[in-house]
Amino acid sequence: MGAGGEGVCVCVCVGGEARYEQTCLLPVLLQNSEDIRCKCIFLCHCISLMDNCLHVVEPMPVDGKDVEAYCLRCECKYEERSSGTIKVTIIIYLSILGLLLLYMVYLTLLEPMLKRRLFGHSQLIQSDDEVGVCVSLNIAPFANAHNVLSRSHSRPNVLNKVEHAQQRWRRQVQEQRKSVFDRHVVLS
Amino acid sequence: LNKIPVSLRMENPGYCTGSFDGLHHPSDDDDDEMVDIAGATLDFSTTEDDPPLSTGGYEEYSSSRAAGMNGNGPTKLVDPLEDPVPGVGTYEDFNTIDWVREKSKDRDRHREITNKSRQSTVALLHSVSDAFSGWLLMLLVGLMSGALAGGIDIAAHWLTDMKGGVCLIGFWFNHEHCCWTSNETTFQERDRCPQWQSWAELITGTSEGAFAYIVNYLMYIFWALLFSFLAVTLVRAFAPYACGSGIPEIKTILSGFIIRGYLGKWTLIIKTITLVLAVSSGLSLGKEGPLVHVACCCANILCHLFTKYRKNEAKRREVLSAAAAVGVSVAFGAPIGGVLFSLEEVSYYFPLKTLWRSFFAALVAAFTLRSINPFGNSRLVLFYVEFHAPWHLVELAPFILLGIFGGLWGALFIRANIAWCRRRKSTRLGHYPVIEVLVVAALTAVLAFPNSYTRMSGAELISELFNDCSLLDSSQLCGYKQPTNTSDTGAGNSLADRPAGKGLYTALWQLALALVFKMLITVITFGMKVPSGLFIPSMAIGAIAGRLLGVGMEQLAYYNHDWFIFKGWCSPGADCITPGLYAMVGAAACLGGVTRMTVSLVVIMFELTGGLEYIVPLMAATMTSKWVADAFGREGIYEAHIRLNGYPFLEPKEEFEHSSLTVDVMRPRRSDPALAVLTQEGMTVGEVEALVESTHYSGFPVVVSKESQRLVGFALRRDLLISIDNARKRQEGIVSASQVVFTEHAPSQAPDAPPPLRLRGIMDLSPFTVTDHTPMDITVDIFRKLGLRQCLVTHNGRLLGIITKKDILKHMAQIANRDPDSILFN
Repeated sequence: MGAGGEGVCVCVCVGGEARYEQTCLLPVLLQNSEDIRCKCIFLCHCISLMDNCLHVVEPMPVDGKDVEAYCLRCECKYEERSSGTIKVTIIIYLSILGLLLLYMVYLTLLEPMLKRRLFGHSQLIQSDDEVGVCVSLNIAPFANAHNVLSRSHSRPNVLNKVEHAQQRWRRQVQEQRKSVFDRHVVLS
Repeated sequence: LNKIPVSLRMENPGYCTGSFDGLHHPSDDDDDEMVDIAGATLDFSTTEDDPPLSTGGYEEYSSSRAAGMNGNGPTKLVDPLEDPVPGVGTYEDFNTIDWVREKSKDRDRHREITNKSRQSTVALLHSVSDAFSGWLLMLLVGLMSGALAGGIDIAAHWLTDMKGGVCLIGFWFNHEHCCWTSNETTFQERDRCPQWQSWAELITGTSEGAFAYIVNYLMYIFWALLFSFLAVTLVRAFAPYACGSGIPEIKTILSGFIIRGYLGKWTLIIKTITLVLAVSSGLSLGKEGPLVHVACCCANILCHLFTKYRKNEAKRREVLSAAAAVGVSVAFGAPIGGVLFSLEEVSYYFPLKTLWRSFFAALVAAFTLRSINPFGNSRLVLFYVEFHAPWHLVELAPFILLGIFGGLWGALFIRANIAWCRRRKSTRLGHYPVIEVLVVAALTAVLAFPNSYTRMSGAELISELFNDCSLLDSSQLCGYKQPTNTSDTGAGNSLADRPAGKGLYTALWQLALALVFKMLITVITFGMKVPSGLFIPSMAIGAIAGRLLGVGMEQLAYYNHDWFIFKGWCSPGADCITPGLYAMVGAAACLGGVTRMTVSLVVIMFELTGGLEYIVPLMAATMTSKWVADAFGREGIYEAHIRLNGYPFLEPKEEFEHSSLTVDVMRPRRSDPALAVLTQEGMTVGEVEALVESTHYSGFPVVVSKESQRLVGFALRRDLLISIDNARKRQEGIVSASQVVFTEHAPSQAPDAPPPLRLRGIMDLSPFTVTDHTPMDITVDIFRKLGLRQCLVTHNGRLLGIITKKDILKHMAQIANRDPDSILFN
C-alpha cells in the first residue's frame, strides 16, 4: 500500500536481514532524483505489491494464505523535498548572522579604537550613564563618538543623513536597553 | 436659546467676574447656591459661550469645525485628510491612544473619500483602492510571515542537529536530510548513515565507547553555550525589545498602549535570528510566542506602505490582531485555531470585519508555509498526528485526571515563574543577563544530554510521544514484547495491546526523569533575555504525563481484562487504549492550565489531529484544567506577566465588584491641589506653557472660566506643546504674551496687542463625562467598551475632577490588596 504523493512506491526486497533496499521503482518518474524518494520501511521479508508477487528467499515464516497479510508490514511513503530551498535558506541565514556579528564587533570594539586613534583620547565623549552599566563581559555601550566626528567636518548631505540616522538609532537602542536591562521596566 | 448675532456678542465681551473662589465641594448639592455663585448671569445671551448647535447651523458649524486652526475662518473648508501640523494627533511613547478619536478620524476620512469619489474617475479609483488596501495588506502580511516562519523552521532544524554532528555531503543538511537518499540505513538504526558524522566520529574516529560519549557530550555543551551566548549578545546589542515571548506586550499594545520600537524592523530581524539560536541551543523553550511577535512586526512594517493604516493607530491594531492569528497559524498549521487564539487571548477589540480578514491572512500564511515545505512532506507542523483509533467513555476518567494534573501544573508554574521573574526584576540577578543565560544553558545541556528524551528538541519529543506504535516502529517507546501469534494485526494497521517489554520500561523511567527535569527548568527559562515561548515546553510536559498514564492504562487493561471497567469493551486481542491519545490530551491540558485558553486550544489540537473524534476528550480535559487552575488564581501566564510589568491593561474579562462611586476614585482628592484647567480665553502663551510644564498631566480640561468651571473641551499635553512650538516658529507675532484662544472667534483686542493663538482645532470638543455619583462599575464598563484614556467628572454640570485609566487600575490594585504603585505607565 503505497501512500500519498504523485508516485506509487513499490518495494522489492532481496533476501537476508532487514535492510533498506535501494531498488525502489517509481512507475511515474523514471529516475530517482535527489529530491524525491520513497521511504520504505519493512520488517522482515517483503514482497512486491505488484500483481506478480515475487516471493522472497526462503524461509518464509508464515505460509500459504498468510503470505499476503504478512507482507502488509511494508510501509511505503512518497516524500519530496527541495534541497535548493534548504541550501538557500541556510546560506542566507548564516550570512545575515555573520553580518550582524561583524557589525556588533565593529561597533563595540573597532569604532572606539578608530576614533581614539584619529581624534585623540581627550575628545572621546562617553555619557555618564553608560559607565557602570557595562555587564561583566564588558560589552561597552556605543560611545557617541559620532558627535565629535560630525561637528568637526563638513560632509556631503547624504553621509550626514546616514550618520544622523545611525546616531538616532543608537540612542533608541540605548534607551531600550536601559528600560529592559537596567531598570527592568518593560519585559522583566 | 437663539443664535446670537456675532456683532451683539462682540459688544458684550464679558460677564461679571464673580469674586467667588470656585468651591469644589463634592457634597455641595444646593442648586440655588450654585446659581448665585456664578452671579446672575446664567443668561446665555451675555456670556461668551459658543451658541449651542441648532439644526440650521449644523452645516456651517461642521465646516468651521473642519477648518484647521490658526486663522482659518469658518467659511473655508479644509480637507480633513491633510494634517494641520505634523505631530498633532500622534502619541508619546508609553502612552495610551485615544480610541474614540482614532476611530472618528478614520470615519471622517472614509466619508471624505466616499464623497469625493462621485466627482471624478480618479477619485473613484482612489476610493476603490482604499477599500482594497486592507485585503492587499493582509495578503502581504500572510506571505511575509509564512516565508519567515518557513525560514525559521528550516534554520532551527539544521542548527539543532549541528549540536550532534555535521553532514559531509553539504553542511546545510540536517541529520534527516543528510541520510535522505542513503541506502545504508537499517531497520534498527534508521538514522545512521556514513554521510552524517557525529562530532566524536569526526574528532576521534570512533563512535562507540566512553571516550566518544564524552567528546559528544562536550561538543553538545559547547554548541549550546555558543548559541545561547550569540543569542543574548545580539539581543542586547541591537534590539533589547526582542527578548521574551512578546505576547503580554502585544496584548497591551492591542489594548491601546504605545511601545515605540517594539514592532520595528530591527526587532524583527533580531527576533528571527536569535529565535533560531535560542531554540537550537537546547533551552527548554518554544517558538510559538515569538512567532506571534514576528508576525506582528511584519504587519507593523507593512502598514507603513498604506496611508490608511500608517496614520491611524486604531486601524493598525486591527491589522495587528490579524497578524497575531497569522503567527499561531504558522506555528501550528492551524488557521482557524489562530484566529480564535487572536480573538480569545490577544485582541482587545475584535470587530467582525477583522475576523474574516484574519482568517484570510492565516490561510495565506499557511499556504505559503506549505509551499516552502520545511518538513519535506507537505506537513505544516512536526507533530501532526494521523491515527484515528477510537476511545471509550470509561477513558474519560483518566482524561479528567490529566485535566486536573494540567490545572495544578499551570497554577504552580505561574506562581513559580512570576516569583522567579520578580526576583530577576528586583535583585542582583537581573544585573547579569548574559551570565544568567549562559548558566541556564549550561545547566540544561549538562542535565539534558544523558537522557535521550531531553536531548531531543521539544517538538521532536512531542512528535514521538504522540506517535501510535505500529509494528514498524523500533523506538524504545514502542518496545513491547512481540506477540506470539504473528498474524495478529487487528483492524487497519493498529496493533492489539501488548505487554510492555524491557525497552518500554527503560523508556518509562527515563520519561519520568525527563518530566521532573522539564518542569523545573522551564520555570527558570521562560522570561530570560532571549526570545522564548512556552507552548512547546508545556505541551511536552503534558505529553509526557499523558503518555505515562496511557501506558499505565494500557498495561492495566492488558493484565486485567476481567475487571468490570474493562470488561465490556476491552477484550484480549483488541486495541483499546492508545497511549498517543493520552499524550495529546495531556498536552492540551497542560497548555490550557498555563495559558487558560479554552476554545482556541481545542480547535488547535483538533486541527493538529485532523479529525473530530477526539473533541470530547480534549474538551473535557481542557475545561477541567481551566477550572482547577482558576481555583488557584484567575490569571493566565500572560496576564500575570502584564501585572508584573505594571502595564496599563484594563482586563476585559474581570468583573469590578466593589461598590464605590466615581467620586471616590477621581482626582483631585480632598488633599490634592485643585484641578489644573485651561480657560477658553484669558490665558497667555507663557501661562499655558508654565502650567503644562509644571505638571506632568497628559491632558487639561478647558473650561469657560475658573469661576464657572463649565466644561468646553479637553486638550492633550502633546498637542499643546507641539502647536505652541510650531506657532512660535512659523506664525508671525506669537510671543509669550499672546492670548491663547479656544473659542471660535477671538475676542477683540487692543490694536497693539500681539495676535492671538487659536488652538480650537486641537481641542476635543466632545470629552466624555460622568457624574460624581456614577457607580464605578459603570464607569469601568465605559472605559472598557469605548477604550477611553480619561473621563471627566462633573457635579451638577460643573467640572469636578478627572478620572484616568491609571487611577482605575490603581484603585483595582488597592482593592485587591496589591501595591498600587506597581502601575507604572500613563
